[in-house]
Amino acid sequence: MLSIGLGHYLTLAAIIFTIGVVGIFLNRKNVIVILMSIELILLSVNINLVSFSIFINDLSGQVFTLFILTVAAAEAAIGLAIIVIYYRNSGTIRVEEIDSLKG
Amino acid sequence: MIAHAVVFYIFSLIAIISAIMVTVSRNTVHSVFFLILDFISISCLFIMIGAEFLGMIMLIVYVGAVAVLFLFVVMMLNVAQQKNEWFVASDSSSHIPIGLLVSLIIFSELLIVIGGWKYKAELQDSININLNLNLTNTQSLGNVIYTDYVHLFQLSGMVLLVAMIGAIVLTFRKRSGVKTQSYLRQISRERYEGVELIDVETKKGVKIDA
Repeated sequence: MLSIGLGHYLTLAAIIFTIGVVGIFLNRKNVIVILMSIELILLSVNINLVSFSIFINDLSGQVFTLFILTVAAAEAAIGLAIIVIYYRNSGTIRVEEIDSLKG
Repeated sequence: MIAHAVVFYIFSLIAIISAIMVTVSRNTVHSVFFLILDFISISCLFIMIGAEFLGMIMLIVYVGAVAVLFLFVVMMLNVAQQKNEWFVASDSSSHIPIGLLVSLIIFSELLIVIGGWKYKAELQDSININLNLNLTNTQSLGNVIYTDYVHLFQLSGMVLLVAMIGAIVLTFRKRSGVKTQSYLRQISRERYEGVELIDVETKKGVKIDA
């Protein structure tokens, strides 16, 4: 309990990952919150990689965390640009009203 | 050791609570603020565990760039007034129990993996870049990134370039009825297009606006 090991960090990452998945599934509000949930999921993956890298004593995990950070930033930029043009075209970004594809 | 545990529990508790608040908050602006708090506490955990370069980079990239981008888009789109209705009784809310079930299954699977995971000693030797304790974290990361992973590093730069161009192309729009300066026409003008020499006859004058 008092000695923090690898399992603590992995459990924290699992909890944050699940919160992100719940946020994607149960969202009724707007698409921006879904993008934020995706950011939470990528964050939990980063926690996993960094904690493995520290506890295995191998630097590769931190290098890949750097690349995941890059991809997350690019994904946020592109996703927000898509949301902006969707809002400009249809006037709403509520999840319930985005039903052009009849999904 | 006890201080380490206490600090870990404090930061992870803040991270989990703010992650929950990101998804359940009624106001989107509050969600962005809780996302910032989540990133900050996780980067504190990274610094505490010994990956100080990544912790600082996460502060710069996420809090400084991504979260501000989210906040900017939320305020620009004026969606903060759209209140969140959780578990709203509409026809399209039949996927909520299935979503909860799938999330519960994912979480229990992850816990089973963590609990049943046995540390395999023979996995270490295959690709091992050992942490050199004499160097700082930043120094050792730099030694690896610019030598072994240089192609991936440049490819990630290309990813950022494509994202930048894509965001500009997506949000760019031509407005009609706006007077703009055309540099190409301006510098490619010749003298005979602008100036005309006219022989003015005596006592007749000339009509300028012909």
